[in-house]
Amino acid sequence: MELFTEGDPIADTKAPTGPIEKRWETRRFEAKLVNPANRRKMTVIVVGTGLAGGSAAATLAEQGYHVKSYCYQDSPRRAHSIAAQGGINAAKNYRNDGDSVHRLFYDTVKGGDFRSRESNVHRLAEVSVNIIDQCVAQGVPFAREYGGLLDTRSFGGAQVQRTFYARGQTGQQLLLGAYQALERQIGLGNVEMNARHEMLELVLVDGRARGIVVRDLVTGEISTEMADAVVLASGGYGNVFYLSTNAKGCNVTATWRAHRKGAYFANPCYTQIHPTCIPVSGDHQSKLTLMSESLRNDGRVWVPKTKGDDRNPRDIPEDERDYYLERIYPSFGNLVPRDIASRAAKNVCDEGRGVGPTKLGVYLDFADAIDRLGRKAIEAKYGNLFEMYERITGEDPYEVPMRIYPAVHYTMGGLWVDYDLQSSIPGLFVIGEANFSDHGANRLGASALMQGLADGYFVLPTTIANYLASGPLEKVDASHPAAVEARTDVEDRIQRLLAVDGDRTVDSFHRELGQIMWEHCGMERSEAGLRKAIGEIRDLREQFWQRVKVSGTGEELNQSLEKAGRVADFFELAELMCIDALHREESCGGHFRAEHQTPDGEAQRDDDRFAYVAAWEFTATGEPSVLHKEDLKFEYVHPTQRSYK
Amino acid sequence: MNLTLRIWRQKGPEDKGRMVTYPVDDVSPDMSFLEMLDVLNERLILDGEDPVAFDHDCREGICGMCGLMINGDAHGPQRGTTACQLHMRQFKDGDTIDIEPWRASAFPVIKDLVVNRGAFDKIIAAGGYVTAPTGSAPEAHSTPVAKANADAAFESAACIGCGACVAACPNGSGMLFTAAKLTQLSLLPQGQPERYTRVIGMVDAHDEAGFGGCTNAGECTVVCPKGIPLNTIGRLNRDYLTATTKGAGNTPGS
Repeated sequence: MELFTEGDPIADTKAPTGPIEKRWETRRFEAKLVNPANRRKMTVIVVGTGLAGGSAAATLAEQGYHVKSYCYQDSPRRAHSIAAQGGINAAKNYRNDGDSVHRLFYDTVKGGDFRSRESNVHRLAEVSVNIIDQCVAQGVPFAREYGGLLDTRSFGGAQVQRTFYARGQTGQQLLLGAYQALERQIGLGNVEMNARHEMLELVLVDGRARGIVVRDLVTGEISTEMADAVVLASGGYGNVFYLSTNAKGCNVTATWRAHRKGAYFANPCYTQIHPTCIPVSGDHQSKLTLMSESLRNDGRVWVPKTKGDDRNPRDIPEDERDYYLERIYPSFGNLVPRDIASRAAKNVCDEGRGVGPTKLGVYLDFADAIDRLGRKAIEAKYGNLFEMYERITGEDPYEVPMRIYPAVHYTMGGLWVDYDLQSSIPGLFVIGEANFSDHGANRLGASALMQGLADGYFVLPTTIANYLASGPLEKVDASHPAAVEARTDVEDRIQRLLAVDGDRTVDSFHRELGQIMWEHCGMERSEAGLRKAIGEIRDLREQFWQRVKVSGTGEELNQSLEKAGRVADFFELAELMCIDALHREESCGGHFRAEHQTPDGEAQRDDDRFAYVAAWEFTATGEPSVLHKEDLKFEYVHPTQRSYK
Repeated sequence: MNLTLRIWRQKGPEDKGRMVTYPVDDVSPDMSFLEMLDVLNERLILDGEDPVAFDHDCREGICGMCGLMINGDAHGPQRGTTACQLHMRQFKDGDTIDIEPWRASAFPVIKDLVVNRGAFDKIIAAGGYVTAPTGSAPEAHSTPVAKANADAAFESAACIGCGACVAACPNGSGMLFTAAKLTQLSLLPQGQPERYTRVIGMVDAHDEAGFGGCTNAGECTVVCPKGIPLNTIGRLNRDYLTATTKGAGNTPGS
């Protein structure tokens, strides 16, 4: 059976034409408005309370809409944006080092390996400066200089210092800013907050997104919630790999359920493998921990020059060390983008020069920086990260170099959206990591926070008004046949999961799925490997539905049932990721196909054949998906082979 | 390592609850504490028993979702460490470990080790913010902030809202949590206009939620995984006194 079929191309992304600097302004002017008295009568559902969802829910409520917000955690403050460490980019040019909106735009398009949409990225760069203003006004305690002004630092893929930060906890501080704005609106009665609730289905009425089916994770109660529009801000799908830096609960269910209802899923194979994570220590490992990319500002990455050199790293003399990033990429050195740093680490480990007990690791060494700046300065910059490293590994990174290895961290793919962040289903908007929009095939460091807040604070509140202004929509409630059907589907699915009562746990299936994905759809992919993976995933999925054991009932707090539903959706996504990776016969950004590399081992794009967004349409379970291509046009940043040498 | 776990099992809010003993074998010192519980749960599921419910998410010490009383210590024996970051190398072969939920009247037990900490959100909703609707912000550099204040504000802002402070407090007080947010915002120029209405709102919400009063026992700061200092409560008291005695919340020029 063929793996997919091809459908009509996507002709219109709804981006305005004209000079790129004017497009967002044009859109804002042309967007219809909803008058304040009418906003009170409209309900918007927002799923997820991370940087994108939290900021969107707060902003929509400030504007006067009635907002219903949902998160699976016990509080909106715990969404996984909280774990982002390094910083947030903005084109403020406070350093007077040559930065500008245009340069941030350029760096982001280039960093994404020319697989993102120029109009969107330019808007992101424009809005970046407003984000910093907004966060400072909320009382976000960014790092400051002695003169009281904001400090910035460098990040991978850029030669200017445009990254604002709050020690190694920038995501936490930005999220708490958004959370506090959201709590203010909850206190005022403008947002109905539903923590410990998980979206399990999307409700479509007359082809429009009009509601969701949710499960109360405490009581197990299933309910249907209706609205005028639905916003998904449910994050990325990195946990399909089982081991990733995502929180344990991160899942694809909300976006996957929407995909099954007709929302196109774009570029699912674009995943970011982060170069600096703490290596796996054993089979019990439940997640991986990131060490911020900011560490590469001062840490030097190296491995021994000779294979199998087991000496203590401090006993290996300078001339027997290979600072391979500085050697191969002299102009960016240790600050090459993530995809390049990860692959380089893989290559030296494949050569047998990896370090540590598993030999899947490289050193990140701060000895030079400590000599140059003193231990105190390093402590002030990275203290919390060094402590975290020591707690996990039992080693003191002030004394011995850190050991790091790449791990799954972020997914650039996601639901396809147009310029207005609306999916292919009218009334369904997708923001933050859950959409595919701005990072192309590789996201630059400190750009996820920027995109999440750009979407939530500034872009969505403008574009969703344009949609809502086209109403009013017919009033519908939970008794609508489409709502009843969606709810019945959810209930049936839960009963099916509970009824299997097999002999393997959900985690054992998830771990095995993750191994298949890491092996064949991870840092390096090949046709043979991907074909093998697709077969293995299908077999394993079949076994899952025959052998999984979920304890307890649906009418109680049941963490085993929650996991089972999420893993079932990961199985379907995993297959689509492999099909997407297989069809893209080129290497770009985080997608590296072994068959497509330059003589010196760099990613070889094929712009003639693949300068498009692959947007996949779901047909039926087990049936081939339909590929819709959105051609990417580059009018301002001319595609070149990315070089960081 | 081989260990004996004694875990609080409680089917639901109405159930009385009890400690149940589970032996666990072959625990690696490199495992995290929660990974050790994962291994136990895998076994319980396959044996047809109900796995132990516990809250967790990021497993890197920042989301604040996990929280266990381990041998009577909130988050366990290692200072400055959440339960998810605690590793088994902190224990030794043959140990018996007691694992209980946070116990405080403002944090009712939902199931086993899972409690409801929604009261913390209510405290924030009652004033733990700066009123700055999206779009209204001035240019970020228009108000410099002295580095010392920015750094001290950050230290208080590092609170992860896990609730260890409440669990450790003999009075079940949430003062350290409340004071951390108040201190952050009162040290920054952006937080000044609402400084005194904020402290009244948050302290009232704290009391209404059923938290106890602070008697300076200081247990909270010892178990706080982020090292929030006790002097934040001093700042809270000072601002609360100013706000209530001078009517500073409503008086111009105060």
